[in-house]
Amino acid sequence: MTFEMPDFSLALPEIWVLSMACLVLVVDLFAKGRESALAFHLVQFTLLTTVWLSIETQWGLKATTFSGTYVADKFACLLKVAICVLSFLVFAYSRDYLRKRELLRGDFFLLGLLGVLGMMIMASAHSLLTVYLGLELVELCLFAMVAYDRENRVSSEAAMKYFVLAALSSGMLLYGMSMVYGAAQSLDLAQIAAIAANGESGLLLAFGLTFILVGVAFKFGAVPFHMWIPDVYQGALTPVTVYVGTAPKIAAVALFVRLLVDGLGALHDQWQVMATIIAVGSLAVGNLFALVQTNIKRMLGYSTIAHVGFLFLGFIAGTEEGYSAALFYAITYGLMAAGAFGVVILLSRRGFEADLIEDMKGLNDRHSGFAVVMLILMFSLTGVPGTVGFYAKWLVLKSVIDVNMVWLAVVAVIFAVIGAFYYLRVIRMVYFDRRTDGEPLEAPAGLRVVLAGNGLAVLALGIFPDSLITACKAALAG
Amino acid sequence: MLSLLIWLPILGGTLVLAAGGRSQGATARWLALGTGGVVFLLSSVLYFGFEIGTSAMQFEERLAWIPAFEVYYYLGVDGISMPLILLTTFATVLVIIAGWEVIQYKQTQYLAAFLIMEGLMVGVFSALDAILFYVFWEAMLVPMFLIIGIWGGPNRIYATIKFFLYTFMGSVLMLVALIYLRYQTDSFGILDFHGTALALSQQILIFLAFLVAFAVKVPMWPVHTWLPDAHVEAPTGGSVILAAIMLKIGAYGFLRFSLPITPAASIELAWLLIALSLIAVVYIGLVAIVQEDMKKLIAYSSVAHMGFVTLGFFAIFDIFAHTGATEGSGGGGAVMALEGGLVQMISHGFVSAALFLCVGVLYDRVHSRLIKDYGGVANRMPIFAAFFVLFAMANVGLPGTSGFVGEFMVILASFQGNFWYAALAALTLILGAAYTLWLIKRVVYGEVANAQVAALTDLNAREFIVLGALAGAVLLLGIWPAPLIEVMEPSLQHLLQQVITTP
Repeated sequence: MTFEMPDFSLALPEIWVLSMACLVLVVDLFAKGRESALAFHLVQFTLLTTVWLSIETQWGLKATTFSGTYVADKFACLLKVAICVLSFLVFAYSRDYLRKRELLRGDFFLLGLLGVLGMMIMASAHSLLTVYLGLELVELCLFAMVAYDRENRVSSEAAMKYFVLAALSSGMLLYGMSMVYGAAQSLDLAQIAAIAANGESGLLLAFGLTFILVGVAFKFGAVPFHMWIPDVYQGALTPVTVYVGTAPKIAAVALFVRLLVDGLGALHDQWQVMATIIAVGSLAVGNLFALVQTNIKRMLGYSTIAHVGFLFLGFIAGTEEGYSAALFYAITYGLMAAGAFGVVILLSRRGFEADLIEDMKGLNDRHSGFAVVMLILMFSLTGVPGTVGFYAKWLVLKSVIDVNMVWLAVVAVIFAVIGAFYYLRVIRMVYFDRRTDGEPLEAPAGLRVVLAGNGLAVLALGIFPDSLITACKAALAG
Repeated sequence: MLSLLIWLPILGGTLVLAAGGRSQGATARWLALGTGGVVFLLSSVLYFGFEIGTSAMQFEERLAWIPAFEVYYYLGVDGISMPLILLTTFATVLVIIAGWEVIQYKQTQYLAAFLIMEGLMVGVFSALDAILFYVFWEAMLVPMFLIIGIWGGPNRIYATIKFFLYTFMGSVLMLVALIYLRYQTDSFGILDFHGTALALSQQILIFLAFLVAFAVKVPMWPVHTWLPDAHVEAPTGGSVILAAIMLKIGAYGFLRFSLPITPAASIELAWLLIALSLIAVVYIGLVAIVQEDMKKLIAYSSVAHMGFVTLGFFAIFDIFAHTGATEGSGGGGAVMALEGGLVQMISHGFVSAALFLCVGVLYDRVHSRLIKDYGGVANRMPIFAAFFVLFAMANVGLPGTSGFVGEFMVILASFQGNFWYAALAALTLILGAAYTLWLIKRVVYGEVANAQVAALTDLNAREFIVLGALAGAVLLLGIWPAPLIEVMEPSLQHLLQQVITTP
């Protein structure tokens, strides 16, 4: 057996992130007491350079390395860019929050960065092994981050729940993978795809497929595997909630596309029915439960479930356009969710989490600029045109209508209308309930700029969505 | 040109917002008025530069917008949409003037919302790409939602959320229909949708999806219930825009989408639409009589008047079946029905706007909309009373006012189709007279009712300008409607050809 030297240059973004993570670890050790500013800036610098590096080294390629376990293609590249940009936003929001609560330590950002690394590996995975490796790296970081505020009993409880459920789902996923491996005699996704396409060992693959879908749905937080979402969203510190709610969703799209499209795409007919049930269930549960929430983090948690239901429509369509629509949905959803939680962070102070919907009251009186940002974000989550959320919904609807599943589109839009209500309730708090006694907002300039930029991005993409749509299409076209 | 009319107000609105942050009021107000005025003047270019005698789209603009899905930024107007754009720009100017000193809380945001909405409404009327249309159509809800919610009355939050959810529900189904049409025709161009051969069953489903969207907007019975709530709670400016333009957008949708895209379904279901229209005309007319709140009364009267419009649009099939003629302004009853509907839309835009402004004038002074709080207003406000009575007469459809032209044409045309439609519709003229005149009697005439009425002062210059402009428009349209009809006739002829000949 000859040993081939892998082509390291293809995996440059991951290698860069890993080395920077090591550097941050060391730097943070020696830079104690200076509020970990250095670690924060290093992490942010790493993320931005990784964006550049990913585009530079991976856009337009389609090549595998490390004995076919790692692939560099447009899909991976776009996902990495999105993951890094979203994490950049999340960390920018987190810093001030953590500092006010004296929780600012380098390990928060370090864990976050390692999580990003895990997600990047998932995006580039080309074998069951790499998929699982990346996934577990992400999960490990997320467990630690959810439990980050260890004095906080709610956080600890949320972390425990998350750990148990996520471990269970990983187990399911692994079980499914082992069956697929049994059927295909290979870990390589291309091989698996070939086996799946020729239709032999159908039953074993079908069982494996089911377990894999369960695992994937868990990571998305889709019904009926959504139980962890509300508790984790509410229990974790808000910066952790944003982190959990944004980039990992994109990584979950990677998981889905790599496993069920690249690998088991030939079995689309079999998983389509299951995915339809998951989608409709998520739309129903997410939207209906969100209606009655009073805690905005929990409400956004349920709304995530609803959005996952929408995102699944793209998968259900089973066309290239559908997958790219789902990818577009995940990226834009990440952007909107990051902004919405950003506003929650902005409003919070030490000892006051601002996590009730009522705490949004009178924001327009306190600062009309951020009120506009919140307005844009909420309408975007509703799916009103002029914001990017509309195109996300439009694309997934179009993809299911194009495969003649009009009924599913109708179901989805009806739930979208129901969903509109709870977003409108937030806007109602922001704009309609006047409160003159509210103190003016205090936030560092960096946070303000990033938040304003986030809102504007949602608006700008809402008027000129073409570049992102084209990128998503290109990513799925190979 | 059209782009300018869309983006200039939106830009102006943004600037107003920015200006409002620093100085209090004055700069922002003049900036808003300036923008509104310039846009109105610019929109007159549409009228004077409009080529009469063709049904083709004019002032076209077409740019690639989302090339990935062949969505174009495609604008253009014909004789149907052009008058409505003028109505929009006209009404916005009036609303800005009307809100000049009345609105105290966050005035800059108020003005900005109206300017942004103006741009979006012009966009709705001029979009010729389905997705572009939908974007404007729904984005328009956002400023209106805020206007009612922020500056509305005590029950504003209920009203505005109801308004938003009703219209949102309607429009998402339309979105599904539009995407489905794209799936059938491989294009998002509205003109490409026209004349597509679709099976009747498909047409009916698409028609129903459109119907939900447009019927909610018009609003038709039984989905009209958001309207009285929204109107009552909205600030005066909001009511004006809602009545003058938003309602027209639903009717416009019937002309631009339902009739030409699904003609067979329109014929099949014309009975339903006519029935709903007649219920609106008669039943809502009766409901209007018993209202105690002036705004609610006018809101119900709007529903009844819009019933005339939809009656005119969907009576064409019966008329055509009877006469078979489509040519000529007098000979073609069907064209006359459409024209009557459209004239009625424009006229109702003026009249309802004026009536809401009149109520606004009273409300600003007395802070009550209840009829029983008034009486004998004419004794203290003679000029106002003159205007109010004029607009009430126009609402009733007195010859010489704009209200007469549209209603007369619709009724006259309906006679050629079915005697009973026309008879029932004519009945509402009496109903309309009943509720409007009774309102006038109780509010304007009689003895001075109470101390508050006794303390009323007559119109100030600002209010006089606003009402005067509307009075001029109402009379002009009533006495000399020819220029308007001339503009719309070729487009409506063309529409009728499409509808009648496609199946």
